[in-house]
Amino acid sequence: MIEPTSERALADAVRDARGPLKIRGGGTRPIGNPVTGEVLSTAKLSGITLYEPGALTIVAQAGTPLAEIEAALAKENQRLPFEPMDHRTLLGTDGEPTIGGIVAANVSGPRRIQAGACRDSLIGVRFVDGAGTAIKNGGRVMKNVTGYDLVKLLAGSYGTLGVISEVSFKLLPGIAARAVLTVAGQDVAASVVTMSKALGSPFEVSGAAYANGRTVLRIEGFADSIAYRTEKLKDLLEDDGAVSVETDPANVAAIWAGIGDVTDFKGGDEDIWRISVKPSDAPALVAALGDARTMLDWGGGLIWVACKAGTNLRAIAPEIAGHRTLIRASDATKTALGCFHPEPAPVQAINAGLRSKFDPRGILNPGLMG
Amino acid sequence: MEMPAPSPAILAKKARLVERLSAVLPVDAVIHEEREIKAYECDALTAYKCPPLCAVLPASTEEVAAVLKICHDMEVPVVPRGSGTSLAGGALPTADSVILGVARMNAVLETNYDDRYIRVQTGRTNLSVTGAVEEHDFFYAPDPSSQLACAIAGNIAMNSGGAHCLKYGVTTNNLMGVRMVQMDGTILDIGGAHLDAAGYDLLGIICGSEGQMGVVTEATLRILRKPEGARPVLMGFDSNEVAGACVSDIIKAGVLPVAIEFMDRPVIRATEAFAGAGYPDCEALLIVEVEGSEAEIDEQLGLILQIARKHNPVELRESTSADESARIWLGRKSAFGAMGQINDYMCLDGTIPVSSLPMVLKRIGELSKQYGLDVGNVFHAGDGNMHPLILFDANKEGDLELCEAMGADILRLCVEAGGCLTGEHGVGIEKRDLMTAQFAPEDLEIQMKVKDVFDPKWLLNPAKVFPLASSEGRRAA
Repeated sequence: MIEPTSERALADAVRDARGPLKIRGGGTRPIGNPVTGEVLSTAKLSGITLYEPGALTIVAQAGTPLAEIEAALAKENQRLPFEPMDHRTLLGTDGEPTIGGIVAANVSGPRRIQAGACRDSLIGVRFVDGAGTAIKNGGRVMKNVTGYDLVKLLAGSYGTLGVISEVSFKLLPGIAARAVLTVAGQDVAASVVTMSKALGSPFEVSGAAYANGRTVLRIEGFADSIAYRTEKLKDLLEDDGAVSVETDPANVAAIWAGIGDVTDFKGGDEDIWRISVKPSDAPALVAALGDARTMLDWGGGLIWVACKAGTNLRAIAPEIAGHRTLIRASDATKTALGCFHPEPAPVQAINAGLRSKFDPRGILNPGLMG
Repeated sequence: MEMPAPSPAILAKKARLVERLSAVLPVDAVIHEEREIKAYECDALTAYKCPPLCAVLPASTEEVAAVLKICHDMEVPVVPRGSGTSLAGGALPTADSVILGVARMNAVLETNYDDRYIRVQTGRTNLSVTGAVEEHDFFYAPDPSSQLACAIAGNIAMNSGGAHCLKYGVTTNNLMGVRMVQMDGTILDIGGAHLDAAGYDLLGIICGSEGQMGVVTEATLRILRKPEGARPVLMGFDSNEVAGACVSDIIKAGVLPVAIEFMDRPVIRATEAFAGAGYPDCEALLIVEVEGSEAEIDEQLGLILQIARKHNPVELRESTSADESARIWLGRKSAFGAMGQINDYMCLDGTIPVSSLPMVLKRIGELSKQYGLDVGNVFHAGDGNMHPLILFDANKEGDLELCEAMGADILRLCVEAGGCLTGEHGVGIEKRDLMTAQFAPEDLEIQMKVKDVFDPKWLLNPAKVFPLASSEGRRAA
């Protein structure tokens, strides 16, 4: 395993590589098609480079543990806006999630619907391309349209275009209080209607999920505002079913960690899929999935599926637009089905073109994204 | 600003080009008479003008594809144009280029309130997107100052922002999908009504690529429910430093206003003379706006006013009616017009870390003395996006060049302070040759390689974004 301790050493390691490299942050998210190669870890590129609470920005090296960043932010009553999911329970991994890994996989959480994905808060990256050249894009200011936005391209590129060495984020103030409204006894179709109604209201719903026959809606902000919006939402949803309200911080946190981290689907030998659709398509797709277990987040726009190992979920109701990613399966299934959703030919051509420019030797996580 | 010399070989193809374009477009959609093409000789950076070879106004994605295919075949550069409101020269043609205007494509294709998106043709203006969903109490969040006129196509090309992006983000954060035509005529769909990319985030690099990767003809945009209400508060301070410190303290306190706008004394005085909004005569003014129900607004403004009082404001004015809110915004919204009454001006767009605000304002004051040109500062303080307005006289020999030199110094200063050349207007031709102040050669090289992938012949808006010297080999190829 190669563990560079500086960006320069990282660049040297990539430039001098003789064969494929398997890029690793904390190793908690083994998502993507199987890759063989020498492990190149960013874990030793660690530490917060710059944190300016008054400017709502933080810069950190890629290997910095998420926990370290969250602790520094909590001290100033700030946070990362996008509530990154922790994959360890779902994927049965251990280790320490790193901020670089979160960017490489564009990891978001339930707050995605309100605050955007990881890529929406990411304002700068430094990375080393496949030729061993260190490159910067974006910076440490919130608004920046200077040149092409490679920041977005690097987010979610899973180490196949470059090895991320440093990232910058814009932040949000901390949250004073939270409440969860639960509507029990709904089927998927009724739940999506309820969630769309809540998300289309002015009451700033920051989470909308459906699991085990219950719809859960989250609101966040100052205490008086929470009380006000809770009442407004109850009025809005009075025809949808009985609404119960939870405001105890520990209980609220537990409900959302379970949803964000998809803990219901831990263990077992089922395959796990992650599907992105427009919310109103969710009921039809869930119905078509038959016996598979499902959980909805993002107001119905994100469907988590646990199904019989080896099932090709892309063959079911293929007319429903969006994308379907295989998150957990055997290597054989991953190889057979491909983890990432196949794209139309002209998009594939662009993707292949980008890979050939960023990684001309094809050594960075080759084949991981197809 | 220098532009590449037109290619005589391309100029010689004009008759044949017009003939071929006329075969795929209605007769009134191909504009090639000398007096008619003058309408397309510049955008809102009016200091630079050059009539194009011809202009085309296709009415559908298929017509765009047909036009691009012909230009690709004939190796004629194409400059895409939204409404022509770019302050950076993004839609400035060269004499050997075809202007492709999207103005005729302005339809709403689909609105979906349950899934909260709208799909439009990109010639539609920014404000009329909100106009299309307003009766359902929805809106489209990015609100550039030119929103009455600017097109979604240009917003996507420049990744436009606005006054309210502290809370709602800029175009890239509100764009869900595009239909785009590549230079060779290939039509692509990227993204859609669902969230996030299946693979690489191509939407993320297309947005902000200044029309250099393709012509975006349709866009799926996120729409949001309007807040119950909004209310601004006006604060006057006796120094820029104190106003800057107040901004920082508000941000640190845990409230997130939807807008924090800053004006310095020259702009305050100019807007008072022009619009008479009743602003106090002080060194620095902040307008802070929050949203929500009446009670929520009271709670947030209470906290904000408490912070402001610690900074000894010379004035604190909380709006108590819609009329008072409008008056508070009046001066800010007429700031550019007010400065324009005094003289010609050049509007810069650098962004800096909020913490550097006092230092940068001080240095701008010094540069103003050094160059002998007046500067007013009006900007989005919450996100550090500055808009220094340098006053000059376009009719005075050498004044434009002096103004540009001073602008370049201010933008270099923004980069030195940890910021960037442009926060929301784009690079265009205006900041093109300053790119080397912000980027190392390898940082620019990888960006140009991305263009190589989307437009291998470098025919789309080729003389923009990158310093001419850096892109020369590619453009010639």
